[in-house]
Amino acid sequence: MAEARAPLESPGLPGWIQATPFALVFLLFFVLPLCFVITVSFWDYNDYEMIPAFTSRSYVESFEGCLTQLPDLCTMLKTYVSTAKFCAIVWILTLFIGFTVAYFLAFYVRSATTQMVLFLVCTIPFWTSNVIRMISWIPLLGRNGLVNQVLMSLHIVNAPVEWLLYSQFSVALAFVHLFTFFMVAPIFNSMMRIDRRLIEAAYDSGASTWQMLTNIIIPLSKPGIAIGSIFVVTIVMGDFITFSEMGGGQIASAGKVIATRLSALQFPPAAASAVILLVATMVIITVLNRIVDIRREL
Amino acid sequence: MNEGRSPAFYALAAFFCLFVLFLYGPMIVIFVLSFQGPTGGLTFPMNGVSLHWFQRLWEGGGIVDIAGAFKRSLALGLVVMVLTVLFSLTAGLAFRKRFFFSNILFFVTVASLIVPSIVTSLGIAIEFHVLDDVLKNYGPSWISDNLQTTMGQFTSGLGAHLTWTLPFGLLVMFAIFNRFDGRYEEAARDQGATPSQTLRYVVLPIVAPSVVGVGLFGFTLSWDEIARSSQTMGEHNTLPMELQALTTTVTNPDIYALGTTTTAVSFGVIAVALGSIAILRARQARHGSDAGQA
Repeated sequence: MAEARAPLESPGLPGWIQATPFALVFLLFFVLPLCFVITVSFWDYNDYEMIPAFTSRSYVESFEGCLTQLPDLCTMLKTYVSTAKFCAIVWILTLFIGFTVAYFLAFYVRSATTQMVLFLVCTIPFWTSNVIRMISWIPLLGRNGLVNQVLMSLHIVNAPVEWLLYSQFSVALAFVHLFTFFMVAPIFNSMMRIDRRLIEAAYDSGASTWQMLTNIIIPLSKPGIAIGSIFVVTIVMGDFITFSEMGGGQIASAGKVIATRLSALQFPPAAASAVILLVATMVIITVLNRIVDIRREL
Repeated sequence: MNEGRSPAFYALAAFFCLFVLFLYGPMIVIFVLSFQGPTGGLTFPMNGVSLHWFQRLWEGGGIVDIAGAFKRSLALGLVVMVLTVLFSLTAGLAFRKRFFFSNILFFVTVASLIVPSIVTSLGIAIEFHVLDDVLKNYGPSWISDNLQTTMGQFTSGLGAHLTWTLPFGLLVMFAIFNRFDGRYEEAARDQGATPSQTLRYVVLPIVAPSVVGVGLFGFTLSWDEIARSSQTMGEHNTLPMELQALTTTVTNPDIYALGTTTTAVSFGVIAVALGSIAILRARQARHGSDAGQA
């Protein structure tokens, strides 16, 4: 954005008119709805409707037992600790895989055409359905799936391994499978902007590949790493579909709390947990935003 | 680093191949299994090869209203695609100039990507509930008498999808205009072109291939969207929602056939988009001036 080469005098319609349809969509379907979520989280409710009267009931009930049960964790804290654990695991795995893939594409593939084709190969699954990519693990990891068939026929195990599917393992695996792209793309973008003369200079000065990686490439890829991290962490924080599809209904998550409360058609408690999730997400982003100015890096 | 293939190259290339296998392997497996014979199950081995499950799918055997959901998702995806292209393009043009709410609009757009989908979905659902209540109680009688709900695929559902596709569209537009050479416009203006002529005959033809990319994002993101749809579609489900509902009761391979079908649509759209981009590029090369070239 910073160095957009726009002509000095702007021709045609004023900018604010051109931006109006776009802005209206976000006003009506994003900003206003968020205001409603915050408002309704302070409303009262009964079995079949919400009542517009101020109360902190939904929050009090959400955090029920969080102080009295100490040192044991209340349900809300347990859920958040478990979700945070998945965030950490998925973040480390996607960062490692995403960085390595981007590094290979940016620095080891010589022709620009091959580079774009290989990048496209990584991109295409992103344009297909997540649900299908999740269920595609069933024939591989299921009780009678390929992995168990191979393990059994090689006599490595005598009975099918049960923890491959509908477990913490399969949830983490699905996240890595679905969302590593969100790391690859921004890191690759950052790496492509690194001035190749820096690498040449380092090489001529006798730097090893490892020194170039740690002294030049990793520091200059930080914006991409931060953007990718924001995507991955917020996706895992807010997810409810992957957890319920791949977790077999056993694993709680911050996003699933909202979905569960919604299925009981109780808007105020669902809104309260949405606000809690929003605050948790914003804390994470603020920390990451300290490291990098997102807008400057596009 | 650029001379010779180092051992690091082979190690990284092997890692990349494993990653691609990891990405595509499972999809290939369900593609193969969707051609399972009529007596086959959810896993290998294949009991023969057939189109049995696709046929069952089209006849609607055992599965609720897949054809309807297919058409609904297709219609919604196309509308979302058109609006994403139009709104992203105009907003992309706007962001090249200064306007008073540009900073806040950019912030809101990025926030829409980052705020968990379920929160946005819940917010839109509450918004439309409140709207329904207000219309029923205070609206003029010609509205309130017959009103069931204002929620629906092309009201709340469409809005929910746009909050997901437009940020991607705008980011692509930023990438396009960051690389756009403003001298083309200046040249056009120096030759006496009006602003609308400059836009129509200079800017749009140059950015056209990339705008196809915006359309690709618009359609595929909507076609596969599920988290934002979950609370906002009103009484009818989209295809991904039906698919997800099916996974909980799945006992035979027709779900793979459905998976293969929707993936085929995605791949078809990607192919059309890439093809159009190639054609537009070739057209640019053909019609482009050779002035200044040796």
